[in-house]
Amino acid sequence: MTLPLTPSQTVGPFLSVGLTWTDGPNVVPSGSEGAIRITGQVFDGAGNPAPDAMIETWQADPDGGFVHPDDPRESAKSSFRGFGRCATDDEGVFTIVTLKPGPLPTGDGRLEAPHIDVSIFARGLLDRVVTRIYFPDEVALNATDPLLTSLSEEARSTLIAVQERATFRFDIRLQGERETAFFEL
Amino acid sequence: MPDRLTVPHYSPTKGVHPPLLSPEYGSTRLRAPSQPMTLLPQRLTEITGPLLGEGRVGPLDHDLTRQHAGEPLGQRIIVAGRVLDEDGRAIPNTLVEVWQPNAAGRYAHVWDQHPAPLDPNFTGVGRCLTDAEGHYRFITIHPGAYPWKNHLNAWRPSHIHFSLFGRSFIQRLVTQMYFPGDPLFGQDPIYNAIPDPSVRQRLVCRWSLELTEPDWALGYVWDIVLRGSTGTPWEPQERP
Repeated sequence: MTLPLTPSQTVGPFLSVGLTWTDGPNVVPSGSEGAIRITGQVFDGAGNPAPDAMIETWQADPDGGFVHPDDPRESAKSSFRGFGRCATDDEGVFTIVTLKPGPLPTGDGRLEAPHIDVSIFARGLLDRVVTRIYFPDEVALNATDPLLTSLSEEARSTLIAVQERATFRFDIRLQGERETAFFEL
Repeated sequence: MPDRLTVPHYSPTKGVHPPLLSPEYGSTRLRAPSQPMTLLPQRLTEITGPLLGEGRVGPLDHDLTRQHAGEPLGQRIIVAGRVLDEDGRAIPNTLVEVWQPNAAGRYAHVWDQHPAPLDPNFTGVGRCLTDAEGHYRFITIHPGAYPWKNHLNAWRPSHIHFSLFGRSFIQRLVTQMYFPGDPLFGQDPIYNAIPDPSVRQRLVCRWSLELTEPDWALGYVWDIVLRGSTGTPWEPQERP
């Protein structure tokens, strides 16, 4: 049986009515041991901040674990929420408080560097766009990550956050100069 | 440990979603990415996803008409259906979130200042979890149409925004449900951004006599179909 897939539509400008949670940005409570902040701005093709966007994040825990029945690894179990969501503010800024994820096996003998999957929703986006955050202090694993190594240097550089102590800066440029590398799912 | 482990591999979307650059919808012009996109391989982060449970949903969250002291004005409706995948498998216990304007077409959002009244008894936000067979059900009021600035005399057809998680990052979907026979479809660039009319039609619910409750509320049925998957081999590795 094949049922017809439901198409996507934009979240529109009023997404914060329905999609925001007070604890959305807190994948872990602020002040948790090992907590990091990931913050950035969403920009449009004219370089203007997008004040009506939302980002969602999904990631493994620091040991590379997920709480999910489709994770085939018996050893990887976790109680980590793994999910964050944050609407942008008037300056297009979002912030997520989380733990840094661990590296992951690919299922064919290789390793993925620590990363966070990101969905961006906004007025003017008829479907979410998807990207990944990588970490600048993972030089060795980033150098062999199967996805990063498949990209041009220019695209790769848009995916690596900039570290300022316990904060990682990750700006998202939807279009134009230094456009973020987005992925087809 | 079984001899052979498998993980899901999700089928492609085959051009069902609207193109990101759809210039008739003006807001896409500066927001649609311009570079070609690399296909993201389906690995652990993509085939898993947030399983958001009971703690997220209050007892009246599915009933948008009972969230305030009084009842909201407008036509009371029931919107119900199933969340399934392309293979016809129900998606149980998955979070469904909805939001919409009131009967006059106004959102309870500070940026919506068009001259239509707010309703003190209507916020327009609902959530529920699907049951074991993938059923969801909301009680609400028929959302009004509203004007917007996309082009001269532009009006959005009545719609309810839906947000679905499914069981993986890949299945995540945010969309809009429309009502049958809406005269505003022809001039709406968001609805028409889906190029194939038969695909667009999948966003239109169906009035149902069975779901309609005598002397109380009209019933509409709308099923939501997320990406299907087949098993693919997984080779166990030492944990990093």
